[in-house]
Amino acid sequence: MKSIKRILKELFKDPMGRIGLIGVVLIIMLSVLAPVISTHDITEMYTQDKLREPCGEYLFGTDNYGRDVFSRIIYGARVSLEVGIISVGIAAIFGLIFGVISGYFEGWVDNLIMRFMDILFAFPSILLALFIVSALGPSIANTMIAIGIVNTPVFTRTVRASVISVKSTEYITSARSIGLKPASIILKHIIPNILSPFTVQITLALSGAILTEASMSFLGLGIQPPDPSWGSMLNESRKYMEIAPWLAVFPAVFIICTILSFNILGDSLRDVLDPKLKL
Amino acid sequence: MWSYIIKRLLGLIPVLIGISLCIFLVLQLIPGDVISGLLGIEENPELRAQLEKKFGLDQPLYKQYWDWISKAVRGNFGRSFRTDNEIFPEIIARFKITAQLTVMAAVISCLIGIPLGILSAIKRNTWVDGIVRIIALLGVSVPNFASATLLVLFLSLVLNYYPPVGYVGFFNNASVNMKIMILPAIILGTSMSGSVMRMTRSSVLEVLRQDFIKTVRAKGASEKIVIFKHALKNGLIPIITLIGMQIGSLLGGAVVAEQIFSIPGLGLMTLTAINQRDYPVVQGCVLFIAFVYVLVNLIVDILYTYVDPRISYK
Repeated sequence: MKSIKRILKELFKDPMGRIGLIGVVLIIMLSVLAPVISTHDITEMYTQDKLREPCGEYLFGTDNYGRDVFSRIIYGARVSLEVGIISVGIAAIFGLIFGVISGYFEGWVDNLIMRFMDILFAFPSILLALFIVSALGPSIANTMIAIGIVNTPVFTRTVRASVISVKSTEYITSARSIGLKPASIILKHIIPNILSPFTVQITLALSGAILTEASMSFLGLGIQPPDPSWGSMLNESRKYMEIAPWLAVFPAVFIICTILSFNILGDSLRDVLDPKLKL
Repeated sequence: MWSYIIKRLLGLIPVLIGISLCIFLVLQLIPGDVISGLLGIEENPELRAQLEKKFGLDQPLYKQYWDWISKAVRGNFGRSFRTDNEIFPEIIARFKITAQLTVMAAVISCLIGIPLGILSAIKRNTWVDGIVRIIALLGVSVPNFASATLLVLFLSLVLNYYPPVGYVGFFNNASVNMKIMILPAIILGTSMSGSVMRMTRSSVLEVLRQDFIKTVRAKGASEKIVIFKHALKNGLIPIITLIGMQIGSLLGGAVVAEQIFSIPGLGLMTLTAINQRDYPVVQGCVLFIAFVYVLVNLIVDILYTYVDPRISYK
């Protein structure tokens, strides 16, 4: 795998890569600096200022409870990123473990793992996530678990395919012939060589995870009030669309820009790390 | 061919058993039990015992599963906890609505995605290609619920148009039905078209690089023949796969569009059942959707042979 410095350099050479990287860095900064940037308490209800239009006091206006929309959107970025990163982290860890075991050992273990992944693949992703959350109960942690489970099969398949391809190379045969144990071969020789497709998959899955969280919250089964989520903000805005259109416009713009940035970055990263897959 | 189809259909059995086991076991994770939810604060041991007997919840887990799945394969998904209606006929009625929405969305997606994808491939690395790629990226990145909300906002505030409320079946009043279905179909179709555009572009480009295209050109064929008769035809497989997968997902995953436009499809039925904790309905819907999803994938595989005669399943 190329060094991080080289990857960043190549990303910056590509105009789309630049846009994606800047967008993602901005979103990360927004969420990290949320306590500093936000202008009001996100749960404080300014009852005298309900449904106020955007103005100097409330940059993106206020909602039907009189809460500041700007601050809720900034904190919403934090929630989206948290859910995205942790759920993709869960999927990546389990996908790596299952994919490596499946690809390296093959045989019945491979069959068992891959048939289980086929079963998970047989559900439309949003439905599977909703189904898991309906059983576990809606909360941030359960949303992360549900999205993590939904994404695990994609990671398992990606890792398995890469492991099978790396396993057939001569240096792995040499490593085996000098008596290295499977654990050592996997950790020292296989995993470092499958990091490119794995990293690309992580970036692409992040936008999908953020989208799934927003969709679930929009349907009322993701992040629960009073925690701010762009999806639930957009859902609540529908009741006041005619008198307070800003309630819909700002969360929608932030969701679109975030997913767009991750997708652009994911595409560019794929071109840099895995040029064979270039669309 | 038939032996392949039968083999694939038989191969679905273990997958469907696995799916049904997953659905059954996940619902056992529910904190508290279903009867407590139904009884609410009027918890009464006698009533509880009656309900447990009625729904078969007093039986051991393996027997509950066997009862459920043996009836399900005969098209009996049981009755709703809430309405006491039979679940399967309701699923079929709702599925027809979702299927209409899905077909309309898929047609819109193909009408936008395939021509623009071809255009982008022909005009590779020009400003036309750049614009199409940006449109495709937007299609992939803009969530349905965000575009639907913004579209409704635009129509109501700018054009003073309000989408019709309530659902009317196609065979009751086709024109009103189309007015109701067209907006969600546009939202889903444009969103799907992003991936179709990208796939068509890369797939046509891939074929255009191959030697036989040079031969076709050398024989003096017009560019139209090269693109439509050779490049597109040979590049159709990944496009069909993608559209098939999207149709499969939409048959169960159009829940967001159905919720926004109050279309009483299968997705909305599942969501309502989840919110009402009506677990037999949730179980039935999820099993049915998963079954349709794997079936659509099988149909896509069979379609390959028609598109590309080089593929034969012997």
